[in-house]
Amino acid sequence: MAEKMATREAYGNALAELGDKYDFVVMDADLAAATKTGTFKKKFPNRFFDCGIAEGNMVSAAAGIATTGVVPFVSSFAMFAAGRAYEQVRNSVGYPHLNVKIGATHAGITVGEDGATHQCNEDLALMRTIPGMVIINPADAQETRAAVEAAINYQGPVYIRLGRAAVPTVTEEGSFQIGKGLVLGEGKDITVVATGYMVHLALEAREILAAEGISVRVINIATIKPLDTELIVAAARETGAIITAEEHSIIGGLGSAVAEAVSETCPVPVSRIGVPDCYGRSGTVPAMLEYMHLTTADIVARVREVLAKK
Amino acid sequence: MDAKKLEKLADLARNIRVGVIEGTYHAKSGHPGGSLSIADILTYLYFEEMNVDPKNPKDPARDRFVLSKGHTAPALYATLAERGYFPKSDLATLRKIDSHLQGHPDMKGTPGVDMTTGSLGLGISAAAGMALSAKYKNADYRVYAILGDGESEEGQVWEAAMFAAHYKLDNLVAFLDLNGLQIDGKITEVMNPMPHDEKFLAFGWHVITINAHSFEEIAAALAEARTVKGKPTMIIANSVKGKGVSFMENQVGWHGKAPNDEEYKQAIAELMGEGK
Repeated sequence: MAEKMATREAYGNALAELGDKYDFVVMDADLAAATKTGTFKKKFPNRFFDCGIAEGNMVSAAAGIATTGVVPFVSSFAMFAAGRAYEQVRNSVGYPHLNVKIGATHAGITVGEDGATHQCNEDLALMRTIPGMVIINPADAQETRAAVEAAINYQGPVYIRLGRAAVPTVTEEGSFQIGKGLVLGEGKDITVVATGYMVHLALEAREILAAEGISVRVINIATIKPLDTELIVAAARETGAIITAEEHSIIGGLGSAVAEAVSETCPVPVSRIGVPDCYGRSGTVPAMLEYMHLTTADIVARVREVLAKK
Repeated sequence: MDAKKLEKLADLARNIRVGVIEGTYHAKSGHPGGSLSIADILTYLYFEEMNVDPKNPKDPARDRFVLSKGHTAPALYATLAERGYFPKSDLATLRKIDSHLQGHPDMKGTPGVDMTTGSLGLGISAAAGMALSAKYKNADYRVYAILGDGESEEGQVWEAAMFAAHYKLDNLVAFLDLNGLQIDGKITEVMNPMPHDEKFLAFGWHVITINAHSFEEIAAALAEARTVKGKPTMIIANSVKGKGVSFMENQVGWHGKAPNDEEYKQAIAELMGEGK
């Protein structure tokens, strides 16, 4: 595994790099230093618009910009981009299907010390309910860059979920495609479907279990919507059980999406690893992962548990 | 303004008011009160002020209009039909399941609608975004919007006010339809948003106050707005909710109610008489 980088940082780098190739503008709500859109701002000051701490206006203004044929990226923390501005995303962007790209950073509990108010564990659930919204939750820096470029080339609203904590690169260049999941490790006993931050932990769990003779398939679902149902249902059919892993509420996110797809097509046991129905708290990233039972060891334990009942 | 032009504009505004009544009557729901209060402003915008072409409604160089108070869509639809964007007969399909005329403006469905609106406060931000894009692209189109007075209770209106002033959007002109009434009663009693003039001045806008039913005052304000550099213009338009239909005027009950058969006949008769 290569050097670690937070997906928010990869996002800022991608915007700055792709700014040479594509015509788009970037908006932020006073968080450019944290969302890393500041990297773009430094290179293209005339294409960067700070909107101040007013996320609702930022999203609707971006919608107005999009009507004129200019592509805007809007960035804030997920809590404010998807939470505070939910209604603007739904009514100004989603309903008219405008070409607005939302780069939402600091998603999930790996925000860490800022605590519950800033740990958005609901954004995937909120965004999934918006018809026509493409939702991408990249696993690493490589996938983030590819997702940003794919979003630029896609006509319509895209929500990209990004993290604050550094993650190793687990995907290969050229592997990302909107709507396509990736098998990162073959296996026949059970499948772990993971997204975002949890993907590298799922791969670690796979290694540990392989040593015990348990064969775990690991699927990276970067595109939460539209979901790669075909890949997931094939895994259900071939391995007979699925565990989902996400740094998001177990309600409404990847776990729900996978359970919906599997139960309607090929019902097998689906067990969800994610943030239980509770709020986060302040703590370091490792402390938060332990507190929410989102560690590699938790995935290993869940695999044994599900296999014992299989 | 010469008498001939005034007469022409009055005729158009009357037709638009008739369109509002036709639409809401056939829909058996909708918002006639606040639609009638903005009919004169819409008339002037679409027939005198704005550079638009109904044959080319997506022309990138066109001026834009955003009805931030989206519930008064019947007035916008009647104006667009009068201007030739779609047949006037469509107005009777308002709010019907197979109609392109949604209860609130839908830019994907209706020719001439530049922005989807309806949720209050969102439209003015979108209009500011369009104006910012014109600055970014060095395009010379202008952007017009109409806000409701009740709508100005939405916090997002003031976020947009800051944004438009901060980016010196002198290509943005907004009207505030000050008819003094909202669903639950007088705006001063429900949640007083006044004084609008001092507030928008403090937010860095150029502010003009006019009578919303005087074409001469509307024309003068829009001409003045074109001379303003470095700031957006807010035209506070003192209006009469339900203007043109005696029993609807200044009646809060006509915010979101359709006329019945008898009221419909009387409203049309009054409007046709007014235009003669």
